Amino acid sequence: MILFIAGTAALVVAMLLVLARLYLGPDLYDRVLALNSFGTLTVLLLGYIGFLTERPDFLDIALLYALINFVGTIAVLKFFRYRALGRGLGSQDGPEA
Amino acid sequence: MMTGISLAAVINVLLFTFLVMTAIAIVRVRHLFAVAMLSGVFSLLSAGLFVALDAVDVAFTEAAVGAGISTVLMLGTMALTVTREKSTKRSPVLPIFVCLVTGAALVYSTLDMPAFGTAQAPIHEHVAPDYIARTPEEIGVPNIVTGILASYRGYDTLGETTVIFTAAVAVVLLLGSFSRKKQKRTGKE
Repeated sequence: MILFIAGTAALVVAMLLVLARLYLGPDLYDRVLALNSFGTLTVLLLGYIGFLTERPDFLDIALLYALINFVGTIAVLKFFRYRALGRGLGSQDGPEA
Repeated sequence: MMTGISLAAVINVLLFTFLVMTAIAIVRVRHLFAVAMLSGVFSLLSAGLFVALDAVDVAFTEAAVGAGISTVLMLGTMALTVTREKSTKRSPVLPIFVCLVTGAALVYSTLDMPAFGTAQAPIHEHVAPDYIARTPEEIGVPNIVTGILASYRGYDTLGETTVIFTAAVAVVLLLGSFSRKKQKRTGKE
């Protein structure tokens, strides 16, 4: 139990740091990375909440969040590169379009 | 068990603190890319709160729509418009006043609500016991919410899905023709 509490506290500190980077972050990619790591931290926090409140079935939900986070980050990055979501990775024209 | 409840309360308070911090950051930041990212964080945090309150299906929707789709939609809007918010000269006193009054009214209305998780709440005494008793034998689905949505309200759900599908097709048609025209134009030049 002590271990779970300590882990949750560490996660909360990490979330604070990531939030600060998201707020200050001078670069666009700092912010994308911050969003992605915040999603990962949320997934971990959900797992910890599940174990703290003795409902480990939260792990399934955390897994689904991880999937959504991954797809969301891919979508955002793809958007930055191609300025549209319709074109696939195999299209010929690059980021200069 | 007592420690579990108080820990859950601590986690709820922490998540709410993060929510308020994110909201303040959204108001203060002028760079709209950062605002889009911060609103994604806002959705993730509220989804975490929904999970902590056991509203898992709401949390799924919030995470998929709020953190996933709407971030991308906002970025798409920014690609068509501008990426910096214009600073305004108007005084913020009236909006702050309206927000405070609305928030106070909402908090005041929660005082009349039944305690969280109590079985004597009106919502648990109307038709819910009937559904809980009949779903296992009539539908045979372990999740009662799924049983209600997919079977008792099956036509309703079908209608909703049709509406959403039609909207998605319309949006794809509109955006698709727009980007194709732009592509053709740049191709001629």
